[in-house]
This record gives sequence, C-alpha cells and structure tokens, in this order.
Amino acid sequence: MARSLKKGPYVDFRLENKVVVMNDSGKKSVIKTWSRRSMIIPDFIGHTFAVHNGNKFIPVYVTDNMIGHKLGEFAPTRNFRGHVNKKDKGKR
Amino acid sequence: MRISGVDIPDKKRGEISLTYIYGIGRSTAKNILGQANISVDKKAGEWSDDEANAIRAIISNEFKVEGALRSEVTLSIKRLMDIGCYRGLRHRKGLPLRGQKTKNNSRTRKGKRKTIANKKKATK
Repeated sequence: MARSLKKGPYVDFRLENKVVVMNDSGKKSVIKTWSRRSMIIPDFIGHTFAVHNGNKFIPVYVTDNMIGHKLGEFAPTRNFRGHVNKKDKGKR
Repeated sequence: MRISGVDIPDKKRGEISLTYIYGIGRSTAKNILGQANISVDKKAGEWSDDEANAIRAIISNEFKVEGALRSEVTLSIKRLMDIGCYRGLRHRKGLPLRGQKTKNNSRTRKGKRKTIANKKKATK
C-alpha cells in the first residue's frame, strides 16, 4: 500500500535538517545515516550519504534520477555470493 | 481492420477486438468505445470508416500504445538499473522485484528450470 499523498514524503527530520544546513553554508561532506526509510528529495541532489545496511555504511551519491526512492534502496542488506559447487564443497 | 499499426480481428466484438493492441485492456477498450459512442457489442468489422477514424483519433490523442509504450517501459526499467537501486539489481539478476520468495517457483522471472547435474535424489 502506497503512502497517502496528503502526508507528503517522509524524510527523517534530523537528516533533512543536516542537508538544509549544508546547502545553506555551501559545504559538502558525507552524511552518515541509519535512516534507510527516508525518501530522497530534490534537496539531496549532489550529496553523498553513507547509508547503513546493517553491517557497513554504503556510500550513495544522489543524482536527480533517484528522487522519490528511499535511501535504503541503494544499500543492499543481503550478500549473496552464489551457491557452492558440489565438488568444491569438501575443499572449503 | 487496422488500428495504430496492428491488425485487430474483425469477427470479435469491438471491446475485445481493441484489446489486441498493446496497451489496451478491457476497461480502456470500453472507455474508448464509450467516448466514440459505439456499442461495445458491435463487431470490429462492422465499424464504419467514420467510427474507425474516431477510434483512431481517441487512441492517438489519449493513450500511449504499442511502440511508444514499449519503449517507455524499457526506459523505466533501464532507469532503475542505472541508478542501482534494489529493484534495478533484481531486474539485472532476473529475479522477482517485489519481495517474493525465490526458494521455489518465481519461474516467470527466472525462466525455464536449469537442472543442476548430479544433484542427489532424495533417499526413500
């Protein structure tokens, strides 16, 4: 179920503040965040976010194509390395 | 009868016949015929030239069909893959995008089964 439009996009309050402050002062630095649920809004363009994936922080450089997606979509939480070949199984 | 570059069957009811065009389903077909004031039960072959032209006009003005729609879909998929979001990654791997389990089934996305050679059979 999609989010109701009347509420507008959800962005973590503190995260948004940090971006606004950086935009005002013209500085740019990587923002570490756990807020994977925050939607990417136009203010975010050009910033790099270090998005937590449960283990590490994944750097995400935001471009204008990404607007409307959530930060978490760009930091995969699962690491699938492929299935083990039967023959190799004993050697591991 | 030819509409937006596709042959549509003359012998079927207009409502069904229109759905042979990519991008038009039952409800869109009904909508089009309603706007053109043609009965949904009239066979496509029985449309007069005026009626057919009215339908063509409505489709070209209001709906995206066939090639244009197909390219829009491919572009959207390409966008997802380019920005490297989760859905894009799933498209690349040919797996379902919306969180379905992939232990069994999901054959629509994964394609025909690829049997692994020498896989042990379950012992009785």
